[in-house]
Amino acid sequence: MSKEDKYNSPIKDNAIKKSSKGNENKVILQSIQLTKKFGGLVAVNNFDLKVYKGEISSLIGPNGAGKTTVFNVVTGIYQADDGKVLLKGEDLAGKKPHQIVQKGIARTFQNIRLFNNMTCLENVMAGQHCRNQGRLVSSIFKTPIHRKEEFNIQEIAKRRLQQVGLWKYRDELAKNIAYGNQRMLEIARALSSNPELLILDEPSSGLNDKESEDLVIFLKSLLPEGLTILLIEHDMNVVMGISDWVTVMDGGKKIAEGKPEEIYHNPLVIEAYLGKEEEEEN
Amino acid sequence: MKEHQNKVWERGFFIFIIIVFILLPFILNDYWIDVFFFFGIYALLGLSLNIVLGEVGLFDLGHMGFMAIGAYTTAILNTRLGIPVFLLIPVSALAAAGFAWLVCSPIIHLRGDYLCIVTIGMGEIIRMTLVNNPFGITGGPNGVFGIDFLSLGSSLVVDTPRESYFVIWIIVGLSIIALINLQHSCIGRAWNCIREDEIAAESNGIDVRYYKLLAFVLGAGMAGIAGNIYASKLMIVSPESFNFMESCLLFCIILIGGMGSIPGVLIGSAAISLFPELFRAFAQYRMLIFGVAMILMMIFRPGGLWPRKRGAVEFKSIWLKATR
Repeated sequence: MSKEDKYNSPIKDNAIKKSSKGNENKVILQSIQLTKKFGGLVAVNNFDLKVYKGEISSLIGPNGAGKTTVFNVVTGIYQADDGKVLLKGEDLAGKKPHQIVQKGIARTFQNIRLFNNMTCLENVMAGQHCRNQGRLVSSIFKTPIHRKEEFNIQEIAKRRLQQVGLWKYRDELAKNIAYGNQRMLEIARALSSNPELLILDEPSSGLNDKESEDLVIFLKSLLPEGLTILLIEHDMNVVMGISDWVTVMDGGKKIAEGKPEEIYHNPLVIEAYLGKEEEEEN
Repeated sequence: MKEHQNKVWERGFFIFIIIVFILLPFILNDYWIDVFFFFGIYALLGLSLNIVLGEVGLFDLGHMGFMAIGAYTTAILNTRLGIPVFLLIPVSALAAAGFAWLVCSPIIHLRGDYLCIVTIGMGEIIRMTLVNNPFGITGGPNGVFGIDFLSLGSSLVVDTPRESYFVIWIIVGLSIIALINLQHSCIGRAWNCIREDEIAAESNGIDVRYYKLLAFVLGAGMAGIAGNIYASKLMIVSPESFNFMESCLLFCIILIGGMGSIPGVLIGSAAISLFPELFRAFAQYRMLIFGVAMILMMIFRPGGLWPRKRGAVEFKSIWLKATR
């Protein structure tokens, strides 16, 4: 019941922030004591993360803090050495990346990974693969069921492309469109699998101020669909402007979590992250 | 408008090609019909390797091994048990496909050059096994001979060059239709996604392992059919027909034509099978010319002679049909 309310509620910052106060039922993704080692290097060390449903959460931290590693463990590209990742209470251990997509987590990559030699439309159509397992025989004989399925896939892809404003580039190869558009295309591809949780790895890197602003507005516009967003971000303007909940990581450990304004004034965070930046500037 | 015109031209061109292929055996002499028959065999093999190499981007340099399995299955079952060769087409396909599934399951996660090395080994192991005559059924280096014509009982016997020409090209035609349908389906897109970026494909819900195996199994099945027809045409199979060089030639077919491009495969297999016949006079320089041609091609047309076009046309046609 509260879930439905949440979906329909207009995105007022206050309404969402209220929910951050630890209602466990609303935790959609949770990592408990997550640990990942690469040889002797402990990239992620006993890391606890909570992502609340219907919100935008951010994971921030200096370079090398282990943020992307957390993402890769959550999406199944790496297996955790210790600890658990729970999606709506279900353990994701041992699941392959494509199974995790089926469970409702879609992601983008820090360095854009599109299918370069396929058209924008095909890229987005490919994103829906988990929802339409291609059947060999009906594909070979192009049965009516197959045609209908293809048509549905194209309809959804069309909607997603229009949503990010790239419909006009549908027949261009993905590698030929502008960098900012490639970022949006990658998000459209992730969205087309109709996920519950969208994980974005530095979506604003390489974008100019105007494009970042548009991105923030776009991401906020996704929330009424019932989507939850988790992002890694370096651009503090983006993080502070968009997040309902911020988790700060350093050296593989969680050093703080809270609302953006709390984080902004947290001395530990300033020391580990913001403070460093100032030093560099001096 | 221009797009539409292009499409009409394209369609006209394809119909013209099909008519030429139907009329050819009534114009040419038997020798040239046989040359075109082998063109068809190479086309079928090229199409089968195109699934693995062109669509999914897996380096398979042992593809002749699958054809050998199909050819030997036909040869042994036909000479020992007298089963008509036509009935053995599905059997050969299944044997080759099953073998591919068995052998490729453990190696399918290998990437690029590693997979390449393993498939070379696989092809050679198949050939050496055939040479070593296991259980006395493969006939050692001499192979198996005395295979029947393509036949189904005594009523349907394919024994003239013209008839076998039609058999192979009908199979090639059906394969092309099936493969075009596959290219425009979820499966074809999944294959291309894997070729473009494996990690991104997996993160978008594509079961990479399954689709890679599917490509190998389908490709091997088609190669098995080619093996069946080849065996019945030559009436003899020997291990030397399936050596590493032949696998390399298949690889060249795909590279010449363009990865994942079906018209490209036809051009590539024409280049491999017809040109040596056209330039018989220069037979001793054949490999030299071939090598130079390959180098020039890689420099000036790295995407192949007829790379696959993607986009507008195919989408709109499906679109219109579906909305009507």
